[in-house]
Amino acid sequence: MHGHHEEFIEAVAPGLGFYYLLLCLMNWGAAMYLWRTNVKTYFTVAGVGVTNVLFWLIVGFLFIILSPIAMMGSPPEFSHGVKDLVNSLSGPVTLTVGSLVGMMFLYFFRRWWTHPPIAWTLLNLSLLALGLAMADSNFFSIVGKGDNVPIVGLVFLLGYFNWLATYKAVINDDRRKQGLPPVEKTEDEKVLVWPDLVYTEMICMVALTAFMMIWALCLQAPLEEPASSVKTPNPSKAPWYFLGLQEMLVYYDPWYAGVVLPSIVVFGLMAIPFLDFNKAGNGYYTIEERKFSYIVFQLGFLELWIVLIILGTFLRGPNWNFFGPFEYWDAHKVLAGNNVDLSQYFWGGMLGQALPKAPLGSGAGTEIAYILLRESPGIILTLAYLILLPPILAATIFRSFFAKMGLIRFMLMANLLLLMISLPLKMVLRWTVNLKYIISIPEYFLNF
Amino acid sequence: MSIGETIRNSQLWKSVFRHPMPLDRRNRIVVMLTNFFLHLHPVSVKKQGIALSYTWCMGGVTFFLFLVETLTGVLLMFYYRPTLEWAFKDIQDLRDVVSLGIMRELHRWGAHAMVITTWLHMYRVFLTGSYKPPREFNWVVGVILLLLTLLLSFTGYLLPWDQLAIWAITVGSNMARATPFLGHEGPGQQILKVGGIDMITNATDARFALLGARFVGEETLNRFYVLHCVAIPLAVSLLLAIHFWRVRKDGGISGPL
Repeated sequence: MHGHHEEFIEAVAPGLGFYYLLLCLMNWGAAMYLWRTNVKTYFTVAGVGVTNVLFWLIVGFLFIILSPIAMMGSPPEFSHGVKDLVNSLSGPVTLTVGSLVGMMFLYFFRRWWTHPPIAWTLLNLSLLALGLAMADSNFFSIVGKGDNVPIVGLVFLLGYFNWLATYKAVINDDRRKQGLPPVEKTEDEKVLVWPDLVYTEMICMVALTAFMMIWALCLQAPLEEPASSVKTPNPSKAPWYFLGLQEMLVYYDPWYAGVVLPSIVVFGLMAIPFLDFNKAGNGYYTIEERKFSYIVFQLGFLELWIVLIILGTFLRGPNWNFFGPFEYWDAHKVLAGNNVDLSQYFWGGMLGQALPKAPLGSGAGTEIAYILLRESPGIILTLAYLILLPPILAATIFRSFFAKMGLIRFMLMANLLLLMISLPLKMVLRWTVNLKYIISIPEYFLNF
Repeated sequence: MSIGETIRNSQLWKSVFRHPMPLDRRNRIVVMLTNFFLHLHPVSVKKQGIALSYTWCMGGVTFFLFLVETLTGVLLMFYYRPTLEWAFKDIQDLRDVVSLGIMRELHRWGAHAMVITTWLHMYRVFLTGSYKPPREFNWVVGVILLLLTLLLSFTGYLLPWDQLAIWAITVGSNMARATPFLGHEGPGQQILKVGGIDMITNATDARFALLGARFVGEETLNRFYVLHCVAIPLAVSLLLAIHFWRVRKDGGISGPL
C-alpha cells in the first residue's frame, strides 16, 4: 500500500508543481493588472501598510514556494483529520442541502462577494483546495479521470460566469435605484462589424484552437478494455451530462427519471419565454427586476442539474453508494436501505391492517379496483398536489401572477413549478421518513 | 506597385473577392454585404452588444466547436470502421499508430466542451432575459439544439466500443424500455394488447427502436454511427441556420430595448 502511494505521488508531483506555478502567475498577472490600471487600495495588515498590488504579489510568492516543494515529491495535501472530517460530513443530504444554503448565501450576500478582491480570494482558495485535494490518490482517481476533467472546468467556469453576471446585475440594480438606465443602455454607439466584431471572432478562434490543442496533447482520451457484454462494470454510469438524471433514479423509477422527467425539462425550457410575462430585464443583467424567474432558473440549473451531476459523477461509487471525496471506492460497502411505500405507511402504520388485496381468481376489473383502493392515499395526494394546489396558489401568493397570465398559462407554469419542486420534496421524504413510492403499482410498472 | 497590390489587382483575386480590401469605411460595409461567409453578420452592431463581458462569446464558441467536431470527425471517419471486429481496434490504432494522433482527443474534448459551452450560452441568454419577445421562438430552436447536442455526444460515446462506451449507452438506453406505453417495462404497456398478445415486447419497444436490437450490439453500433455522423449533424446544421437567421431577423444581438 505504501509503495503504491509513493508511486502515485511521483506521478502527480510534476503536474501539481506546474499547477502551483500557474496559480502564482495568475496572481502576479492580477497584481500587474492592478498596478497598470492604477486601481490601488491601501490597507494595513498588523500595522504595516500594504497595497492590493503588493498583497497579490505576496500570494503569488506563496504559490511559487509551493511549486518546487510539490515538484520535488512532497506536494502539500489535506491532513488525515481534515479528510476524514470531510468524508464523514459529506452525503447526499449534506451536499444538496449545503449547496442550497450556499446558493442562498450567494443570493443574499451578492453585494459582498461580487467585490472583485473577495471573488478573487474565493477563487484562490478554491484553486488551492483543489490542488491540496489532488494530492490524495482517492480524490485524484475520480476527479482526474479523463471524462471527469471537463466537469471540473465546468464548475470553475460556472463560478466565474455566475460572478460576472451577478456583478453586472448588482451594478445595474444600483443604477436603477438612482433612476439611471442599465449600463448596457448607456453605450448605444454603433460600430462596424468589420473590423470590431470580425477581429474579435478571429482572435477567439485562434485562442480556442490553441487551447484545444494543448488540452488534447496533455490529456489522452479515455479508452478502456474492449467492450464485453458479460462484464458489467460497477458502477455503470451514463455519460456525465446525464448523471443528474441517473441520480434521480435513486428517488424515482426509470419511466419517470429517465423518460418523463427529461421530457418535462425540455418542454419546460421551451415554455419559459411564453410563461415569463415580465417585460423588464430584456437585454441586460438584473436580479431585482426579475427575482422570481432568476431564482427559479438558478435553482433548476445550478441545484437540480449541476449539483446532481457533480454528485452523480464524483461521489457515487459501486452500487451507486455514496462515497466521500477522499474515500476509497469499496465495492463491498453495504448500506442499510429499508424504504417503505406510502400505502404501507397508510394501511399498515396508520390503520393497522393488511394492504387491500383482490381475492384470488377475481377478474381484471376487480383487481384494478383493489389496486386503486390500495394506492388511494398516494393517488389522492398526487392529484391534490397537482390539481388543488394551483388554484390555491392563484388565490394566494400568486394572485398577481394569475391576473397577468390567464388560466392556461398560469396552470402550465404552476404545474411545471410543482413538478420541479417535487424532486427535492421526494428527496427530503426519502431522507426523513424513508419513503419509497408515493404511488406503488408494480403490477403495471407504475411507481411514483 | 508592391507584390501585395499586384496580387490584389489580379483578375484571379478579383474573381474570388467581390470587393476591394476593407480598409476604408465604404469597403468595410461592402465586404459584409458581398462575402458569403460574412453576410451572416449585419454591417454594424451596437458596441455594447458585442462586448465580451456581455455576450461571453459562448454561442460563437459553440458554433466553432461544432466546426471543429465536423472537421476532426471527418478525419476520424477515414480510419474508423463501425463493426464489432474493427471499431475498438481502429480507435486503438488512432491512439498508438497514427503519428501525432490527437484527432480523437480533439474530437472527444471538443464534444465535452461543446456541451458545456451550450449550457453557458443558454445561461447567459437567460440571465440577460434575451429570450423575451421578440426572441421567444429562437429560444425554442436553441432548446432543440441543446437536445441535439446532447444526442450527438451520446451517440458518439458508443463508437470507441470499449467498456466505457457500451455500458454508458446500456445504462442510458435502458431508460427507453420504461417509456410509458412504448417500453416493454413501462407503465401502460399492458394496455396495448391484441387478442391477448402483447404488442410491446423487448423486440418491439422504444428501446429496440433506439438500439436496433434487444441489447447494445452491432446493430446499435451501426445505428448510432449513422445518427452520429449523418442524421443528427444534418439536423443541427439546418437548425443552426435557422437559429442564426432568426438572431438577425429578431433584432440582432440582444440589448436593452
